[in-house]
Amino acid sequence: MRDHKVKEETVANLRVNGQERTYDGDPSMPLLWYLRDELGLTGTKFGCGAALCGNCTVHVDGTASRACVTPMSAVSGKAVVTIEGLNPKGEHPVQVAWRELGVPQCGYCQTGQIMQAAALLARKPGPTDAEITEGMSGNLCRCGCYQRIHAAVRAAAKGA
Amino acid sequence: MTELSTHSKFKIVNVSRRDLLKGVAATGGLVLAAQFPAVRGALAAYPTGADAMPNGVVSNPKVFVSIAGDGTVSIVAARAEMGNGAARTALPMILADELEADWARVRVVQSPGDERTYGNQDTDGSRSVRHWIQPMRHCGAAARLMLETAAAARWKVDVSEVQAQLHEVVHRPSGRKFGFGELAAKAAGLPVPAADKVKLKEESAFRYIGKGAVRISDLVDITTGKAIYGQDVMLPGMKFAVIARPPVVGGRVASVDTSAALKVPGVEKIVTLQPTPAPYKFGPLGGVAVIARNTWAALKGREALKITWDDGPNKAHDSRTYRAQLEAAVKQPGKVERNVGDVDKALASAARVITAEYYAPHIHHATMEPPAAAARMSHGKWEIWAPVQSPGQARDDIAAALGIASAEITVQPTLLGGGFGRKSKCDFAIEAALLSKDLGGAPVKVVWTREDDVRHGFYHTVTAERFEAGLDASNKVIAWRHRSAAPTILSTFAPGQKHPFDIELGMGWVDTPFDVPNIRMESGEAQNHVRIGWFRSVNNVAHAWSIQSFVAEMAQQLGKDPKDFLLELIGPPRIIDPRQQVTTPWWNYGEPFETYPIDTGRLRRVTELAAKEAGWGKQLPKGQGLGIAAHRSFVTYVATVVHVVVGDKGRISIPRVDTAIDCGYCVHPERVRSQIEGAAVMGLTLAKHGAITLRNGAIEQSNFNDYQLVRIDESPLDTRTHIVPHPISVPPSGVGEPGVPPFAPALCNAIFAATGKRIRQLPIGDQLA
Repeated sequence: MRDHKVKEETVANLRVNGQERTYDGDPSMPLLWYLRDELGLTGTKFGCGAALCGNCTVHVDGTASRACVTPMSAVSGKAVVTIEGLNPKGEHPVQVAWRELGVPQCGYCQTGQIMQAAALLARKPGPTDAEITEGMSGNLCRCGCYQRIHAAVRAAAKGA
Repeated sequence: MTELSTHSKFKIVNVSRRDLLKGVAATGGLVLAAQFPAVRGALAAYPTGADAMPNGVVSNPKVFVSIAGDGTVSIVAARAEMGNGAARTALPMILADELEADWARVRVVQSPGDERTYGNQDTDGSRSVRHWIQPMRHCGAAARLMLETAAAARWKVDVSEVQAQLHEVVHRPSGRKFGFGELAAKAAGLPVPAADKVKLKEESAFRYIGKGAVRISDLVDITTGKAIYGQDVMLPGMKFAVIARPPVVGGRVASVDTSAALKVPGVEKIVTLQPTPAPYKFGPLGGVAVIARNTWAALKGREALKITWDDGPNKAHDSRTYRAQLEAAVKQPGKVERNVGDVDKALASAARVITAEYYAPHIHHATMEPPAAAARMSHGKWEIWAPVQSPGQARDDIAAALGIASAEITVQPTLLGGGFGRKSKCDFAIEAALLSKDLGGAPVKVVWTREDDVRHGFYHTVTAERFEAGLDASNKVIAWRHRSAAPTILSTFAPGQKHPFDIELGMGWVDTPFDVPNIRMESGEAQNHVRIGWFRSVNNVAHAWSIQSFVAEMAQQLGKDPKDFLLELIGPPRIIDPRQQVTTPWWNYGEPFETYPIDTGRLRRVTELAAKEAGWGKQLPKGQGLGIAAHRSFVTYVATVVHVVVGDKGRISIPRVDTAIDCGYCVHPERVRSQIEGAAVMGLTLAKHGAITLRNGAIEQSNFNDYQLVRIDESPLDTRTHIVPHPISVPPSGVGEPGVPPFAPALCNAIFAATGKRIRQLPIGDQLA
């Protein structure tokens, strides 16, 4: 954490991956930049800045949220989980399925995809194929790994 | 702030050559050092274009492999990894297999940009495996012989009695064994064996090559958020910068009022950057940079800038009027690029002439990771981290921009969050270096937003294509005239270029492999007004789309089955040699014709295989159709059959895709399937959505709302890849790009079969509504 020259008012007390954090900067700053630039949690990716690609998906109180449009003022009192905190060993059923099926190509969007899929399965443990498609349709992948993403969500649902 | 290298196996700091050597030396391993002169040349069983690439290939095991005392084998990945799995998985895997290393004990180490040490690092053109399989096999086999020689010396036996076997060297008569780690120090002191002493494995002895069971090197890091891309680089004390760039290429800042921006909390400095004069090459566009303590502050600062732009010479450029110019150009005779027989005479005497025109717009790479780069000076030397496809060239370009020698600068590639040709151009890394220089060498990262990415790219060319085919009284094609007008990539590098150069001509155009006695290709003049660059598959995209669409149109007009007619045009299995028929010396993807000829038998075979697997000819319900297309690119043969369902309001869904690929010997079948699946999605995006347009010289699109990519709910989810099997004696060819070109024409042909609507301009957009 950097030292701020001017002591500002506390904007947010939040929990990130189980750790209490206090934020006192610009309340309009999106959570994305706090996670990346302030905490160094770069597993949450920047893709569009406008909730169009889902690369920055994190869980806010368990709900899949686009960190790029979530202002810090909106996460006070909330629990944020990023890819780094999804599972202590990196072995969430979704992560395991992703590896089993060799989903990634470049990999850049995959943390957002995994966070989206994990939230989807938490909300709906046995989704239909159509529900998987619907649930994952906010997450873009330019390499075009959708076939395997779909199959991996289904595999994780079975294994979970 | 966290230094990311501390929690990443893709250690940015530790992957530099210096640190690698230090680390290995500390454990007493096989130290591979620059003091050994590189063995240059491919030591090849068959010639490839590898030696003709800048700085060629290096076949010295001491450059690419090291073994620590604990047996850990480190293999250097010197090319960029952008997702196809060649650089950090397939090539190290090839070396490891020949070495008899256990893949579980292999560590892949990313080299910095340094072509004098590592050979060519320019990762594009689908060249990695086809140029490097021979050097990587040689390195692995040579290092294996060094370990065997070391073991034989320890046992005082003849080397013929020992054999490396899965990370051990075994003395066959006695069963004694040494682990690789125990032999590393001794092996390190041995000279690299002469090329004629090195024996490659038999294909039957491969553990990993050709199997497809090795997973990508960064799979765990990618799925746990530890993988480091250019956007993710964090350095102690680093500043964050965003840049307001001229909206029109060739423009510049006329005036800027920075007062409001400087008042934004966190903004620390504002710097005006000079634009690169035309030809732009990979130079930065200039503009106004806002440097801040985090990305958000920099973005807010940029919003607060008040800039007046001088839009420069391209300010009148408009995609609509430009389209009319291209379409006018192909209606008149152009520069002859290939000529066989007498097309004019044949067309004049034809019983029937079929004509069609096609138009495809600019498209953009839109890598999921927008460009980004970090730079600093440390101990008097420059260090740049960037997701660059060509780290060696980036090093030279950045050094030139800084006005220093390349030896004074280290360019460390990160993982690339997609490349597709965009990250061959290192303008963003030059920006980072120039800003760090302005800050006296302090660390700074330049972040491109999605809007920056969409508006300041190097775009895939825009093109008009016109076909005239003459038929005799028996409906045999006797004449084929194909005119094309498209601004050239060369215009980005040299002034006054208005016609395609050899690479563009060779990408599925002058090499059209049809059995027609009179053929002529003519290029129309096209003055360029944007930065044109190469996009995955490059000119093959529009060439394949228009040619293969036209073939299906002809079939329909002649009442023939499109697959049968395509095979009729391809003609009997034979070798086609266009070298005596072209105006500009023929470019065969940089490969010798003898190794990679145009073999119509192989093109026929993938066409027939894709058709058979897709159940070509089967009856489908109304509103559904199959379409086929075949194309040779990157010396690989691919055919695709798309099954489309066109529903209400023209909504397209694709229940199945069958793609057959003949890429010579297949090194990693599982990654080839992955590339073909992805190619279908990228092919669908460019067919359905992709269009970059300009008005008043500026790009009209900005983000994924108006430059849409295919989402999972539109994507084919059942793409089946059929790989033509070959022994290793058939040289591997390209994989990353060849899957893309046949997709759009196969889709458009399927749409025609389903609806009777012929798509003659891309994107499809709402044409079916």
